[in-house]
Amino acid sequence: MKNVEYKTVSDISGSLLAVNNVQHVKYGELVELTLKNGEKRTGKVLETTTDTALIQVFEGTTGIDIKETSIRFSGSEVELPVSMDMLGRVFDGLGRPIDKGPRIVPEDMRNINGSPINPTARDNPSDFIETGISAIDLMNTLVRGQKLPIFSGSGLPHNELAAQIARQARVLGKKESFAVVFGAIGITFEEAQFFINDLKRTGAIEHSIVFLNLADDPAVERITAPRAALTAAEYLAYDQDMHVLVILTDMTNYCESLKEISSARKEVPGRRGYPGYMYTDLATIYERAGRIKGRKGSITQFPILTMPEDDITHPIPDLTGYITEGQIVLSRELHKKGIYPPIDVLPCLSRLMNKGIGKGKTREDHSGVSNQLYAAYARGKELRELVAVIGEAALSELDKKYLKFADEFENRFVSQGRDEHRTIEQTLSIAWDLLSMLPEAELKRIKIEYIKKYLPKSK
Amino acid sequence: MGKIIKISGPVVVADNMLGSTMYELVYVGELGLIGEIIELRGDKATIQVYEETAGLSPGEPVKNTGAPLSVELAPGLLGSIYDGIQRPLEIIKKKKGDFIARGVRAEGLDHSKKWDFKPKLKKGDEVSGGEILGVVQETSSVEHRVLVPPNVSGKIKKIESGKFTIDDVIAIVSDGSKEHKVSMLQKWPVRKERPFKQKLLANVPLVTGQRVIDALFPLVKGGTASVPGPFGSGKTVIQHQLAKWSDAKIVIFIGCGERGNEMTEVLTEFPELEDPQTGKPLMHRTVLIANTSDMPVAAREASIYTGITIAEYYRDMGYDVSLMADSTSRWAEALREISGRLQEMPSEEGYPAYLASRLAAFYERAGRVNALSGKTGSLSLIGAVSPPGGDFSEPVTQNTLRITKVFWALSATLAHRRHFPAIDWLQSYSLYTDNLTEWYKQNISEEFLKLRTEALSILQREAELEEIVRLVGAESLPPKDKLLLDVARMLREDFLHQNAFDKVDTYTSLKKQYLMLRLILHYYYEVLDLVKAGIPYEEMYNSKTIENIGNSKMVAEKELQKFDEFERQLKKDVAKIKEART
Repeated sequence: MKNVEYKTVSDISGSLLAVNNVQHVKYGELVELTLKNGEKRTGKVLETTTDTALIQVFEGTTGIDIKETSIRFSGSEVELPVSMDMLGRVFDGLGRPIDKGPRIVPEDMRNINGSPINPTARDNPSDFIETGISAIDLMNTLVRGQKLPIFSGSGLPHNELAAQIARQARVLGKKESFAVVFGAIGITFEEAQFFINDLKRTGAIEHSIVFLNLADDPAVERITAPRAALTAAEYLAYDQDMHVLVILTDMTNYCESLKEISSARKEVPGRRGYPGYMYTDLATIYERAGRIKGRKGSITQFPILTMPEDDITHPIPDLTGYITEGQIVLSRELHKKGIYPPIDVLPCLSRLMNKGIGKGKTREDHSGVSNQLYAAYARGKELRELVAVIGEAALSELDKKYLKFADEFENRFVSQGRDEHRTIEQTLSIAWDLLSMLPEAELKRIKIEYIKKYLPKSK
Repeated sequence: MGKIIKISGPVVVADNMLGSTMYELVYVGELGLIGEIIELRGDKATIQVYEETAGLSPGEPVKNTGAPLSVELAPGLLGSIYDGIQRPLEIIKKKKGDFIARGVRAEGLDHSKKWDFKPKLKKGDEVSGGEILGVVQETSSVEHRVLVPPNVSGKIKKIESGKFTIDDVIAIVSDGSKEHKVSMLQKWPVRKERPFKQKLLANVPLVTGQRVIDALFPLVKGGTASVPGPFGSGKTVIQHQLAKWSDAKIVIFIGCGERGNEMTEVLTEFPELEDPQTGKPLMHRTVLIANTSDMPVAAREASIYTGITIAEYYRDMGYDVSLMADSTSRWAEALREISGRLQEMPSEEGYPAYLASRLAAFYERAGRVNALSGKTGSLSLIGAVSPPGGDFSEPVTQNTLRITKVFWALSATLAHRRHFPAIDWLQSYSLYTDNLTEWYKQNISEEFLKLRTEALSILQREAELEEIVRLVGAESLPPKDKLLLDVARMLREDFLHQNAFDKVDTYTSLKKQYLMLRLILHYYYEVLDLVKAGIPYEEMYNSKTIENIGNSKMVAEKELQKFDEFERQLKKDVAKIKEART
């Protein structure tokens, strides 16, 4: 029955296509379309009734006609062939090789939509990952199995930062098999090439899988690209015991695609024209990070998104922030001052930080030092605004110290080289050095015993 | 039997469904996915399916069950971890592995386990619905009171004692015309409120051990509170803290559309945590309901009702129950998604027009009541709200605020400064303080409410002064105002700021809160006297008292007598300055 071909297309609109007089079409199943000229395309069933089906065409509907196009239903959902041979290879958004290499001989076929992990099967992520970047390691510590997005803006060096993290990330004292899965969603050729070249330069390409959906590729494939990437990552992590770092860039393009499809379906929009189910939809991507009890591997996610107009309350960063375990926020202001990485630590957060730091993991004083830096830098930044109004002369001596602290914090702590890997010890010692600029009585967030032990005496 | 004619996401339409009732539970497709009827038109029924619908096709069967979506109520609830429709997640895992599979049938309770039932009534006693028939020691910390089903009354013809499963008949009640066999198990439809005799005035505080809450914006047993805040403002930590430390006997925690890893944290942490009231594991008085954000959206809509029905059941036994829902916004979004698929006319921001009435109906199930058993029980509701972009003007926040009596507004600015709990003292409020006046007088001190009002007004005044400081600088303020700014800072840093991850600081008893607040405000009054007398008070900055105030958080609950010493020290320090002057 599944070999029946239908030539009963009734409507085409945007990337959607309606078919009549069909039978037993499954919700969500994969569809193969053959065009008049013999070209093949794929699609997915979005809605099905007793005799009609609504299909989303992945490669777009350009050139499809109503009379001649023939449609075949595959009987299963979109699947990705997985195998260890995928390492070092480049695929398109649907998981088809595009690097002119040999076909992948699948060890298994996996539904790219995945399944939610049973919350009781999840393991608590608690292994500290040293990224070598001070503003992350000390202030917003990353742990294995976490999903930590980078909120950026157009023109900011988020790709450089993500590449640096991919290059440097390591777990202290352990040597384990490690892989990077890179999912490019609607980005430009240059951006994609930057990553691939960086992976090649460092030899990391050997243990990487790349899924590419470039800006001129079909927009609908942006929906499948992150899912294909995560399906491959799940295979590596849970079947092959690898620790996988997944970088998805740029999630803003993904959401735009989602909006496009929703509006083509004439759905009632939620906030700012984005579909009401965008939260649930994003969750089915971001939640595919974590660890599972009794399995060795892990999936750590670094989704990157560019905030439209640098607005953190825009639905894309907003809904993302509600799902992910924190966020790293890049600031245009710091970038203009020439500070790399331009991480604005104040709105940043790592929700799983407390699990991965402290004695035995990083160092006993980590939590206190981090809180103190936050409090002091926040005060310094507030004073900056004040100075703009009343001038520096009106400040008290203490306030002047805070003001100086904020500057030094940006120049010495946040700022570092693109290839500079600071160990957590080095980062902590810079932090203590900065804190010594303030009177000891101001260090209220740090335990007295740690102040005695770590505060440089000379000043 | 019905037949599927249309599938769109979690919404399925079937025909040949004549005879079905609204909100009836049905099994959809060959896999038997669980669904609920939400619309009937002629012989067509619209069904919201609680599981992923991919792979379903038109023509597959739909089976009626004849009953609405219900929960099982009996011993064995406590310590369980359920999905949104009361399927134990542990059992789903045992049956299907680490990933959630579809079409799993799992009963909410263990029907083979035997419980030791001790009757409280005897043969010949007259009983009515909701009365306590006997007790079962459910966990080490909670005695389960077995209730007569609400619709049964009459004379007890027979009552058992000993070990029984929840299905076994433990009593026979005759109402003259009919004999009712009573077992420990009750099934109750989740969308229907459980009956009680009458609602009572809520005038006992729900002590949470969180200073900003208990001292400034208290909640009562049987009250309602909302916690709106942008992401990263510490909503979840507050919910966790309340679940851990609030002095309710039973805690129901609903993770509604939240993060998987956070739920895992609850699942791994709660069983290890010690209940401050009994010293027993916290899980012994807790029920967890988890519908993480990647789990099916329709079950999210149901999870809230599953949770509150279980909560009402324990309230009926005469217990204080608190229910935390994190987050009600996800529940509202689930409503919106289903509504959209039904092609209903949308109202504000795409939410259905009935959002306000659904929210109101949910919060109204809270309250302190005289239960049918004759005991007094309470059900407190604390709902987290996740406003998009932190904008409190959006429909879910606004509709919630209209119903709830306590408002803990979380602020991103405070969170960025790492001031936790990031409850904004200028925006938040509690409408229960009047109800509590008597209780504070009798249990803490007459002075407590006065101190509270004074503290709030100092913080309010600080905000006004800051405007001035921003224009002219702090140096030009008169000494009186400078002192006020000092004290406001003490209130913020030494009283309101509380570290949830510190062993001592995580919980503060009301008594200690009172002592801490008293010390800071006594400092204020004493130094204010100096200022009024024209005596410079700068020396106080280096006094022992300042150190004491800074360390007062860390005073252990067992050593509260230290505060007497602190008060004496304050008098001494002030006297010293006065002496030096004269």
